[in-house]
Amino acid sequence: MSYRENDTNYSVVGQSLPRVDGMRKAAGQTIYADDFTLPRMLYGKLLGSRRPHARILSIDTSKATAMPGVKAIITGEDLPVKYGILPVSEDEYPLEIDRVRFVGDPIVAVAAVDEMTAEEAVRLIEVEYEDLPTSFGIEEGLAAVEETSRIHDYGPHDNVHKQINLEFGDLDSGFEAADQVFDNTYFYSGNNHLALEQHSAVAQYGADSRLTLWSSTQTPHYVHKALAKVLKIPAARIRVIATPVGGGFGGKSDPFPHEFCAAKLSMVTGCPVKITLTREEVFYAHRGRHPVLMNVKLGVKNDGSITALDFQSFVDGGAYGSYGVASTYYTGALQTVTYKIPAYRFRGVRVFTNKPPCGPKRGHGTPQPRYALEIHLDRVANALGIDPAVYRKSILVDEYSMTVNHMRVTSCGLGECIDKASKGSDFNSLHGALPPGKGIGLACGSYLSGAGLPIYWNKMPHTSVDLKIDRGGGVTAKCMQIDIGQGSDSVLAMTVAEILGIHPTDVNLVCADTDTTPIDLGAYSSRVTFMMGNAAIDAAEKLQKKLLAAVAEELNLCEEALSSGTERLQSAAGQIVHEVDGVQTGKRISFRKAVELAEAKFGQLSSTGSFTPQKLGGPYKGSGVGPTPAYSYSAAVARVCVDLETGIVTPEKIWIAHDIGRAINPILARGQIEGSVYMALGEIFMEEQAFRKGQHQFPSMLDYKTPTFLEMPPVESYLIETNDAEGPFGAKEVGQGALLPIPPAIANAVYNAIGARIDELPITPEKVLAALALQEKGELAQVGPSKFPDYQWPDPIKIDPVWYDEPPEKWVETRRRDGSKC
Amino acid sequence: MKHSASQAALTSERLHFRINGESHEIVAPVNKTLLEILREDLGLAGTKHGCELGECGTCTVLIDGEPVLSCLVLPIEVQGHEILTVEGLAEGGRPHELQVAFAELGAAQCGYCTPGMMMSAKALLDSNPEPSTEEIKEYLAGNLCRCTGYLQILEAVDAAAKRLHSCRPDGSGSNSEKFRRGEP
Repeated sequence: MSYRENDTNYSVVGQSLPRVDGMRKAAGQTIYADDFTLPRMLYGKLLGSRRPHARILSIDTSKATAMPGVKAIITGEDLPVKYGILPVSEDEYPLEIDRVRFVGDPIVAVAAVDEMTAEEAVRLIEVEYEDLPTSFGIEEGLAAVEETSRIHDYGPHDNVHKQINLEFGDLDSGFEAADQVFDNTYFYSGNNHLALEQHSAVAQYGADSRLTLWSSTQTPHYVHKALAKVLKIPAARIRVIATPVGGGFGGKSDPFPHEFCAAKLSMVTGCPVKITLTREEVFYAHRGRHPVLMNVKLGVKNDGSITALDFQSFVDGGAYGSYGVASTYYTGALQTVTYKIPAYRFRGVRVFTNKPPCGPKRGHGTPQPRYALEIHLDRVANALGIDPAVYRKSILVDEYSMTVNHMRVTSCGLGECIDKASKGSDFNSLHGALPPGKGIGLACGSYLSGAGLPIYWNKMPHTSVDLKIDRGGGVTAKCMQIDIGQGSDSVLAMTVAEILGIHPTDVNLVCADTDTTPIDLGAYSSRVTFMMGNAAIDAAEKLQKKLLAAVAEELNLCEEALSSGTERLQSAAGQIVHEVDGVQTGKRISFRKAVELAEAKFGQLSSTGSFTPQKLGGPYKGSGVGPTPAYSYSAAVARVCVDLETGIVTPEKIWIAHDIGRAINPILARGQIEGSVYMALGEIFMEEQAFRKGQHQFPSMLDYKTPTFLEMPPVESYLIETNDAEGPFGAKEVGQGALLPIPPAIANAVYNAIGARIDELPITPEKVLAALALQEKGELAQVGPSKFPDYQWPDPIKIDPVWYDEPPEKWVETRRRDGSKC
Repeated sequence: MKHSASQAALTSERLHFRINGESHEIVAPVNKTLLEILREDLGLAGTKHGCELGECGTCTVLIDGEPVLSCLVLPIEVQGHEILTVEGLAEGGRPHELQVAFAELGAAQCGYCTPGMMMSAKALLDSNPEPSTEEIKEYLAGNLCRCTGYLQILEAVDAAAKRLHSCRPDGSGSNSEKFRRGEP
């Protein structure tokens, strides 16, 4: 009784249906964290450090305490437990106790009857500091410091948080075999997510000693764990509800000080407490894109085939660990999943600096190396006189292969992506044929459909879906996943509806609540569609089996004929229809009637489905970063116009093809792609976290500029459906991978337009003019990092590769579901 | 009603408004912005805040049909004027074509900029029923969105303009009518 014979038979999947939460959002009825109030609710405010690095000598809260309307004040001593999203770097307190590490680092929290009073009280708090030596960038971050001036007391040495040296295959032989070696450095600047909704949380600690936290978070499960640890309350007495997230992009994936403080202040006062960050505070909470300085050394044969890659990353982490260890590994993990690289060395360092902590932003640690690698390949193609699209196609990774660093590649539509994007844009004819000032560039990318491993090590499912059917025929789907705008609610409703043959609007959703919904690890690493989708299919198929058995009994159908496939029961549009050899017999039962029959036969109709990725990753430390059940692929072409007088670069049009396995909802998939293109354009041309003496230069939207309607070029999107064997209905990720090829495609287009390289973001008119001036003088026309650190690397961990010519069945465990085609 | 217990609070005033066709009278500190009054005193939380500086457009409401940034407006300035928020966009229980188009065409992802964006778009369509693509972009350039890349918003505003134009006076047969009835 397989539910679908082939992929053309879907009735819901593949339809551009309105998103299930769309009408509420358009009515202004969606209730975000800051939109609701509770009786007797107090308002909290955090006092952030005014020094970039200092010892706290004293905190005087007496004036604030004496203020009418102030209900409670807490400091670090009230919450003296460290936490951090990664178990390897639990280095944050909700309120720092003896030391502050960046301007904005929270140290005191106040609860008052209203926001204005809380703000005023914060201003009355006096803090005495003793300044410590500061470090604001990668070069400074690598310098030797006194033990007492280190930003943290862990990490290999000085202000180095993490160092990695991994060698896969025989690097020396690889470079020996090369006809040419290309060596260059690149820099990708840091930037903020700038979700329009500021972070907000409401906590309520009741007389029954139970805590409820409503929060704008992408990871309610991890917040739940962190609250239990820091507040020392059993997790069983804490409930975390993620409210609809008004934009995340990775920026709401850590547990944050305001969440702990709202909870503690509620415990102290017995009243509910809300803390909503101001826009300025969001810039300090940050967790945005890491600035990364990179060196790429690539050995190639004269035909362009790669013999070895030596990649170095220096990652500016900001003041805390956050996801940084993973981010650093990510700057080296996915170079290998797009092109054949037989020998590979990755060396990476993350330094602590006295700036807001960096973390995951759309693409998490992979847009930076992708930018470097794809510009580098453009250099190679130009030097060898090969068309960049043709060149990339000649070195593509094979589908169903294992990379040198033990990443399992399954379905891969990268070649088709390159074809679509270059054909749509007429890349092959226009590349090199445009007049001065006009340029066209191409680049590729790849991203995860969910991290293969959870953030803390365990063997439990990554996601589960509970289903329940009521007698009226309404289906309730429960899952801890949270819709952050990416459309995961719609994916859940559509998946369940597809299997049960009903309309998505008949599926009620209960999501993102640690009390009432089964586990989902969160909205990060593009994991939800793939993982939750599989869990939802699992749960829905279990229920469907019961429904069909009850229907078969009612219609007196022959079980043997049904199991052999000569007869079928098809579910669609609220009907279960009997077919023999594909022809309807006229026997049918409505979904609602089937529910009654099944409940009479089996009892209350409910089911649970789960998904745990199979064990992936190589035999080395750090191999947990990079593996995924399936990689998405993307290729983009950008056309730009460069004003040779002003240096202003205008993107004229973007063509982007994205191998997403299958579009469960094409209109939502396209929205993810266009949103990724937009976000990338912001990073390329204007968005940058800039600091002066540790002060954030633009902690406001007035100065931190982002693209408007007027800066957004037309985007031609192509959805490439490779029908992944393990994805739900063949789907892979969409939403992060589409960002990756855009920055290098633009940089390559600028080169094509002016014959000069801009090797660091953002691409500003100043840099373009500087490059043109160098060109004028007959010097090497490139603008980028002027020097690269000479780091004393630890001894490499050498890992033997799994070689390409090994038979795939040795290591690819395909798990095609019954009846699905590959 | 909330008022500050701190010395920072200024005197409160009795204020009269016409909001979404209804009269409201409240007592509130004169230094509260219209945005704060709407969200905190009147429970109209559909209007959002994004930057507190008049830069993002998220708090856009209409005053006498003109889009304004409610985070920059003091309520005392707009007494006696007609204020329209997202809660007043639907008429007689029927969603505005903009709302239908935004929901159907992917123009709302996280949905946070959506109310402000739609209010600006309504002002545009009220004054220019058949705007060109360029006119839509110009008019909405003060409303930021971080999710969509604007293109599906552009399509939704364009679709809404066309639907409003071709709609029968009683609204029957329009897409929004069908949508409301739950028809595909």
